[in-house]
Amino acid sequence: MARYVPRPSLSAAEIPFSRKLLWLNWPLTALLAVVGGVGFLMLFSVAGGSLDPWARDQIVRFSLGFAVMILVALIDLKFWRMIALPFYLISLALLVVVEVAGVTGMGAQRWINLGVARLQPSELMKIALVMVLALYYQNLPSNRISNPLFVLPPILLAVIPAALVAKQPDLGTALLLVGGAGVVMFVAGVSWWYFAAVISAAGGAVYAVILSRGTEWQLLKDYQFRRIETFLDPSQDPLGAGYHITQSTIAIGSGGLAGKGFMQGSQTHLSFLPEAHTDFIFTTLAEEFGFVGGAGLLGLYMLIICVATIGALRIRNTFGRLLAAGVASTFFFFFAINMAMVMGLAPVVGVPLPLVSYGGTSMLTLLFGFGLLMSAQIHAEPDLRDYR
Amino acid sequence: MMDDARERERHARFSRRALVLLGGQLAVGGVLGWRLWQLQVLEGEAYLNLAEENRVNLQPVAPERGEIFDRAGRPIAVNLPNYTLKLIRERTDSTEATFARLRKLIDLTPREERIALSRLRRTRGFVPIPLKENLSWEAFSRINANAPSLPGVVPEATWTRFYPEADGLVHVVGYVAAVTDAEIERDRSNDPILRLPNARIGKNGIEKSAERNLRGAAGARRVEVNAAGREIRELSRDEGRRGDDLTLTIDLDLQRYAMERLKGESAAAVVMDVITGDIVALASTPGYDPNKFVFGISTTDWNALRADDHDPLRNKALAGAYPPGSTFKMMTALAGLETGLVGPSQSWFCGGKMRLGRRDFHCWKRGGHGSMNLKSGLKYSCDVYFYEVAKKVGIRKLAELCGRFGLGEAPEIEAPNVKAGNMPTPEWMLAARGERWSGGETLNVGIGQGAVLSTPLQLAVMTARLANGREQVSPRLIKGRNGVDVPVKPFAPLGVDPRNLAKIHDAMNAVSNEAGGTAFRSQIFDDDWRIAGKTGTAQVRRITVAERAVRVRKNEELPWHLRDHALFVAYGPVQAPRYAIGVVVEHGGSGSKAAAPVARDILLRAFFRGEPPLEAYPPWIRPEIEAARKAAEQARLSTDPAGALRGQAL
Repeated sequence: MARYVPRPSLSAAEIPFSRKLLWLNWPLTALLAVVGGVGFLMLFSVAGGSLDPWARDQIVRFSLGFAVMILVALIDLKFWRMIALPFYLISLALLVVVEVAGVTGMGAQRWINLGVARLQPSELMKIALVMVLALYYQNLPSNRISNPLFVLPPILLAVIPAALVAKQPDLGTALLLVGGAGVVMFVAGVSWWYFAAVISAAGGAVYAVILSRGTEWQLLKDYQFRRIETFLDPSQDPLGAGYHITQSTIAIGSGGLAGKGFMQGSQTHLSFLPEAHTDFIFTTLAEEFGFVGGAGLLGLYMLIICVATIGALRIRNTFGRLLAAGVASTFFFFFAINMAMVMGLAPVVGVPLPLVSYGGTSMLTLLFGFGLLMSAQIHAEPDLRDYR
Repeated sequence: MMDDARERERHARFSRRALVLLGGQLAVGGVLGWRLWQLQVLEGEAYLNLAEENRVNLQPVAPERGEIFDRAGRPIAVNLPNYTLKLIRERTDSTEATFARLRKLIDLTPREERIALSRLRRTRGFVPIPLKENLSWEAFSRINANAPSLPGVVPEATWTRFYPEADGLVHVVGYVAAVTDAEIERDRSNDPILRLPNARIGKNGIEKSAERNLRGAAGARRVEVNAAGREIRELSRDEGRRGDDLTLTIDLDLQRYAMERLKGESAAAVVMDVITGDIVALASTPGYDPNKFVFGISTTDWNALRADDHDPLRNKALAGAYPPGSTFKMMTALAGLETGLVGPSQSWFCGGKMRLGRRDFHCWKRGGHGSMNLKSGLKYSCDVYFYEVAKKVGIRKLAELCGRFGLGEAPEIEAPNVKAGNMPTPEWMLAARGERWSGGETLNVGIGQGAVLSTPLQLAVMTARLANGREQVSPRLIKGRNGVDVPVKPFAPLGVDPRNLAKIHDAMNAVSNEAGGTAFRSQIFDDDWRIAGKTGTAQVRRITVAERAVRVRKNEELPWHLRDHALFVAYGPVQAPRYAIGVVVEHGGSGSKAAAPVARDILLRAFFRGEPPLEAYPPWIRPEIEAARKAAEQARLSTDPAGALRGQAL
């Protein structure tokens, strides 16, 4: 039978500070710094060879986030575990607050101003959700993980904030939340059958929606169908919604193998490409540095995922490794969705290229997440409060 | 030990799952990499060709804003060429050097430079930002001649709004000014016009209420740019749809005259066609120059407008709510007849006051009028007669009748900020003041005092409906669109017995044309063009019992802001009514002295469509009129700034 076993454990104070620094995941830190550097370079280029208006800001924010990451990594994981639930509840409360404030017209703000950056509760939630799910499974006996009664709470924990975010409406972030939660549940060991069921149900729903077009029980509005059509064939609407995708694929394709050279991307600089400094920055990279540059960045991202995942395998407590896997996958969703979008493989949803796109919030969130991941790797000892 | 085994099993499952996940992620990464390879290497050449062709930019084009004309086609709001400079940062070699070169060619104030620099910082490099507007043709040509040495500086000829009438028509036409962020946010249609650098939007008057019609639809131009981003040629240009030209119901001659006639006063006059509802003149003095707002008004000018005690910014004709005073008495009289409670020849004795409960209600004539019936009551404007009628009719029936004459509701007219005035009822009293209705209140309403409020426009509408007699004529300002007349909307029936109306008409005729009538001195002498009217004097201050006991002070003895408002309503010609007028002169004193002559002069001008013959005036004022005309002629000959301005505009 599963039971709670209180036993004295290695306290954080027992790991000397110098040891913590040594155990910090330096390869990962270095990889993240390189990716950040790529971002500065691209923002410099998009601004027409100028630090303003984006690159300088980005350097400041990235440095700040980087410091936060290392600080978070050095703090004992037990502290993070302790605040996981309050953190989740606060994030949820903030989400409700911005939602309600938006509805009652007290200024439709989706964010709270911190001075340095705008704090979006939906960004906090990405990390908070992973943390609270890791905490949940840490306290759940193995034999109950796939019990339907115990599968329900994590689903609710994920769906409530996701629904709030989707209502904002920010479908991209809502998908990231559900995806992140799904990954934590998957690595926690929830039965394959649940995932198979959810995937087939989702597939069936999509099929039903498409079949419903033109019938009396049509499930989407016509303009929503048109958006889907635009995604499937952007050339149908080259000046409307398809414009971004068409221009983006042209820019990427024209980069060729070696690219047009730094600051030589004609499509970017002739302003055919919209939002070149935020969601479409990968396009600029691929245009100016070609396949070599694009695949290089993709390789860097994949390397980060590999290093993070392999690091997670060595963590000997449930909270830490679920947290690590969740953070790594959230990062993966970010860049995979963004790249798929700019290359015309996914519809346009507002997801930035992590650590490269201009913007403070998602970068801070991700670096904070990586801080947690590294803390989990440093404080990797078995946690004796785990249910066995 | 069993625990360790469980932990090992759990860890192993995590590792399996994590590796499966990583595998899946690597596979997705592979797909992304393959897609990149496909785009860039396999099909790279094709895309490179597309990119070479991709030199066509789509830019929105601002359509010309619709112009506004008076009913005879004379210009009221027109578009003049506006020579502007824009700056595109990424095409300049350096902004500082560009500014230095520009300073040698045109005078660029430090303020303009500062604004431009802050805009440059906020926008992306390829967005043109406005640098200077309203350049002279000479300066504009100098820039064009030096274009090669000024990369990034884009000279452009656009339109700017000009109001040739300046302050004469501002309360009708309003003005346009730069679009604010809030207005962009409120714009549900996402109109690209509003986002253009020099965009203007209607802020007041017709410019605001008819914004949708005037604005038009954005066009687009396809331009070919070279590798440096410079425009090589325009491939096609769709000018968009020009905004609709509007023809107003205003007669500019009459409008100018009305403004001139009311000059120096804080006053308003509205002339309305009693058949179609056309507003042929809508004057509110003083006016202000809308042209100052088009490029942003200076703080000094703005403060001067705000500080003026005659309040030029307020449109008194539409938004000034005044107690109608005795001009309301037709309503009371008609209510008595319509309800059958008061016969036309029924009379009461006026001894100077009427007692209700423990309060005295005074007539304006201290000694009283003696026996009064409907006709003499209106003719001499006896308060006591109307106290009696109002008491008999009661507030509800009175208010119901007033509703049909447009009192207490905002007239439907193509203008923003139209006030509804007030027609009090017991329900209103309870809701607005939390008090119960008292009988004394009914008496006050009966003579147009108390809580009744109406705007000059409402007075004109009321009079027009009285004169029309059949329909609830509604005012309108827009006569035509793009040269095509807008049909007059059908009006609701008035529902008043014509025999009763005839009695009112007769009494109003007596006011203006029978000796002893309160407006007799302001009659029109020509039998073809006689008018019928009613004077009104609305008390602004409260007369205390103590003051009444000694002597009520005359208006001339009071400071300006405590003097009575002077009112007059009239229609004419009496045989076949065509125009109705409502005049309010704020703190002008008595209606018969300050408002009635104004109304007569304006109506004469409307009847004769120009300067009326001297014979139309009563003999006793002809010398006065003649002298005034001579003086005006003299002034026009020596200097004519308004005419000069108009000449330049056209």
